[in-house]
Amino acid sequence: MPATKKPAIKELRKVLIANRGEIAIRIMRTLHAMGIKTVAVYSEADRNALHVELADEAYLLGPAPARESYLRIDKILEAAKASGAQAIHPGFGFLAENPEFAQAVVDAGLVFIGPTAQAIRDMGNKLNSRALALRHKIPVIPAADEREAGADFAERVKALGLPVLIKAAAGGGGKGMRVVAHLKDLKQSLEMSKRESLNAFSDDHVFVEKYLKDPRHIEIQVLGDLHGHVMHLNERECSIQRRHQKIIEETPSPFMTDALRAEMGEAAVRLAKAVGYTSAGTVEFMVDADRKFYLLEMNTRLQVEHPVTEMTLGLDLVYWQVRIAEGHPLPRRPGPLRARGHAIECRIYAEDPAADFIPCAGRLAFLREPSGPWIRNDCGVRSGSEVTTHYDPMISKLVAWGETREASVARMKEALNDYIILGLRTNREYLLDVLDLPAFREGRLHTGFLKQHLPDWQPRQAKLEAALLAAALYRGRRQAQATGSAPAQRNPWQTVGDWGR
Amino acid sequence: MDKIQSLVNTGEASFQANVAHNLKLLEGYRTLAEKVKLGGPEKARQLHQSRHKLLVRDRIEELIDPDTPFLEFSLLAAHDIYPPDSPPAAGLVTGIGVIQGRQVMIVANDATVKGGTYYPITVKKHLRAQEIALENHLPCLYLVDSGGAFLPLQDQVFPDRDHFGRIFYNQAVMSARRIPQVSVVLGSCTAGGAYIPAMSDETVMVKNNATIFLGGPPLVKAATGEEVTAEDLGGADVHCKISGVSDHLAADEHQALHMARSIMANLGLRPKTDIGQEEPEEPAYDPKELYGIIPADIRKQFDMREVIARIVDGSRFHEFKKLYGATLVCGFARIMGYPVGILANNGILFSESALKATHFIDMCNQRRIPLVFFQNVTGYMVGKAYERGGIAKDGAKMVAAVANSTVPKFTVIMGGSYGAGNYGMCGRAYGSRFLWMWPMARISVMGGEQAANVLCTVKMEQLAKAGTPMTPQQVEEFKRPILEKYEKESYAYYSSARLWDDGIIDPLETRTTLGLALAASLNAPIAEYRTSVYRM
Repeated sequence: MPATKKPAIKELRKVLIANRGEIAIRIMRTLHAMGIKTVAVYSEADRNALHVELADEAYLLGPAPARESYLRIDKILEAAKASGAQAIHPGFGFLAENPEFAQAVVDAGLVFIGPTAQAIRDMGNKLNSRALALRHKIPVIPAADEREAGADFAERVKALGLPVLIKAAAGGGGKGMRVVAHLKDLKQSLEMSKRESLNAFSDDHVFVEKYLKDPRHIEIQVLGDLHGHVMHLNERECSIQRRHQKIIEETPSPFMTDALRAEMGEAAVRLAKAVGYTSAGTVEFMVDADRKFYLLEMNTRLQVEHPVTEMTLGLDLVYWQVRIAEGHPLPRRPGPLRARGHAIECRIYAEDPAADFIPCAGRLAFLREPSGPWIRNDCGVRSGSEVTTHYDPMISKLVAWGETREASVARMKEALNDYIILGLRTNREYLLDVLDLPAFREGRLHTGFLKQHLPDWQPRQAKLEAALLAAALYRGRRQAQATGSAPAQRNPWQTVGDWGR
Repeated sequence: MDKIQSLVNTGEASFQANVAHNLKLLEGYRTLAEKVKLGGPEKARQLHQSRHKLLVRDRIEELIDPDTPFLEFSLLAAHDIYPPDSPPAAGLVTGIGVIQGRQVMIVANDATVKGGTYYPITVKKHLRAQEIALENHLPCLYLVDSGGAFLPLQDQVFPDRDHFGRIFYNQAVMSARRIPQVSVVLGSCTAGGAYIPAMSDETVMVKNNATIFLGGPPLVKAATGEEVTAEDLGGADVHCKISGVSDHLAADEHQALHMARSIMANLGLRPKTDIGQEEPEEPAYDPKELYGIIPADIRKQFDMREVIARIVDGSRFHEFKKLYGATLVCGFARIMGYPVGILANNGILFSESALKATHFIDMCNQRRIPLVFFQNVTGYMVGKAYERGGIAKDGAKMVAAVANSTVPKFTVIMGGSYGAGNYGMCGRAYGSRFLWMWPMARISVMGGEQAANVLCTVKMEQLAKAGTPMTPQQVEEFKRPILEKYEKESYAYYSSARLWDDGIIDPLETRTTLGLALAASLNAPIAEYRTSVYRM
């Protein structure tokens, strides 16, 4: 609902960040630059974390598991009260999209730097948001439900256009999902899906959705203020995903046209206005090869990939979140925002891309961050930091800007090559290989891109590593037999090989 | 510690010329070394192998742990000493190798070289290996395959203090100091040689090939008329089953070497000296640049800091008294993680340099930091002012400090090693644990030119008194043989052949060689340091 009365301006002097890692740090940097004091919260696992060190003050929440620390609304509000913070920034993840938290913050007399609890609630429910979108004529993926359509069902399916995808209403995990390419197969496929669904979910309710072949994931950044004004800040293409999670994001999308941007931007603003959106948010769409777009969902928070938008528009989204929360109106500019150049982000994860991206935990023996012209690395760790299994294994988000897509990708590659992370497996090399794919260079992206192009990825150094490992084991075995007080791995008699023989 | 800032310009013509010169020199050395490593003549090697015996270097290869180094000593021993004979490596391979993770002094006869008999230099080489073992507390493993003394030169190998008898004396003394003595008898072991296994703590013999007896069958027949085969007289069966001279009977050489490894695995543990090794680090500058830094004309001065920068960890050097006595560079560094105090010549030694050295050596001893000497020294300064300044007593202080040092000392002769400079910089007589020469190094009491001039001046004075002054041509003729003699005798090969050093090393290998030597030296404890009376 658009705000009707003009809100009072409330300047913030101290803000609590209900988060950890790189995003907590990223938010604090902006707050410090605005002259606002920061309050960190932390779990027992994060006693020595960088975000705790950077904050002006810090409060222990509880043990390492998130549900006992970063998800404890009561503890966070206690910390806010104890510190005298006037507002809470939730970051992303943890409680960022929890309407109860947003409400509890407001009820405690504090400012929630984000949208209203109602907006979060409206967008959090898929059925709700789909209905809302339909009401506001925002395209959603066309679907047909046999229970509603009855005898017309076959006609309705035909109208969707083949192929279609059968989905279980109660479903998940691919159970009951089936692609139907010809109308004659529909009946049989429906029967099979119903049977599967019944077995899996004790419910044989299935529906049919238009099947999007190799869709792109393109999203629109929006900002809304307390004065009822909503603007969009162009798109981000996030089609490069593994395990349904984005790892490379960029703006502008290589697929985008001015017309499509205007159309999608307008749709996103319409949706945001419909829920009275009053902060930074993102409206996610699927886009097919014909440049038809369909609403996926709205994320009512700051996105991980927000820096690419900042880089091309020359603005600070967290700054604007704070300004909005303080009651300031957004500047009103005529016409669309003009992006400058191209920005790309790579998420650096402690994970093993050669083993189904399984997260890796352990101590970072050594970390050297890359730097250079137009390179930004939002990082939450340093040499010696522990990466634990309790939280997201993201080490940093590396961002590069260039006048063209080619230039920003080249800078990104240079930075990735220059990035030294020792002690943990990461996806650094994998990202480099993705950037080198011709299909990536040509911008032919879709959400199944990685499965299609790098199905059985192995690090190029794998063989060498195996050999080195074997050598180390062999040497270690011999060292175990060696005598004396000098550590065997330093004893030249065990390290110089067959020298002199 | 700060990194040394190198001033070397690798693009300079003189640098490139030095590289070319030195590489050629090294090529010559390597060719000679490869030839020596082959051992005796082709025919002798074939005969040896036909008896199911391994060549000496193959024995060592099989004995030591895979992927570990072998620090060989005095490869050029006996080179050009006994013409027309040229016994490669003096028929004896010595070196430190790793067996079951433990550093061991290996002394191995090469039976393909004159039946493994002992020339005078062979004896010297054997004794030197034992001396190294004694000073550094290294277990000794003797691979025995020798006909004993080289009889034509008996007067130079048998009776004197440092002749054949000293080998057994050393074995007794070392065993008493808990330095294990182990023998593997792989061939004959006659007369005096019989004492090597007999005086060992543990001995292995190879069936059918090994024999041990005080007198062989010909001597027995001559002395008592008894006719007996070698196997019956002193074969492996006899000694392992009847006499008890040997402890382990091996079916063949492979089994014997395997048994030797097993023996080495059961020597017990002795603590090493801890001097605080840190994580080793390669030099920051490329050691290959040494070839361009060492001048083609070795008489030209070169800055030792450039050399140090290409040997020590991270090229870092904490220089002591840089501004005082500048002809001697002193300072602390690390080599393969081990702390060292380095003394290196940057010119002739003055009183100040000698006093600085004495101060520095005292400090290193107090701090238990090993000393490393890099020699390129023409000697101590001479002349009226210097004699009156007491250079003799200052040089004496330096020599005394070197002599009394109890920390391990290591010497590398890189350029010239002349006169008392050789002594002050820990020459052979000063008990370096190890002393090596670069192939371009020169060693003599003084430079050939100076020696010829001194002798010529004396001669001219004699002749002038007799009223027959020398013509310039006579002067030239007088000097030429002296120059030639000094030239010949000052070469590294000449020195190495006579065991004035422990071997010639490629400058590039200085770091690894010193690192291995440092590690080996720490098997022995460091004694308390006491200074002598310094003449003030």
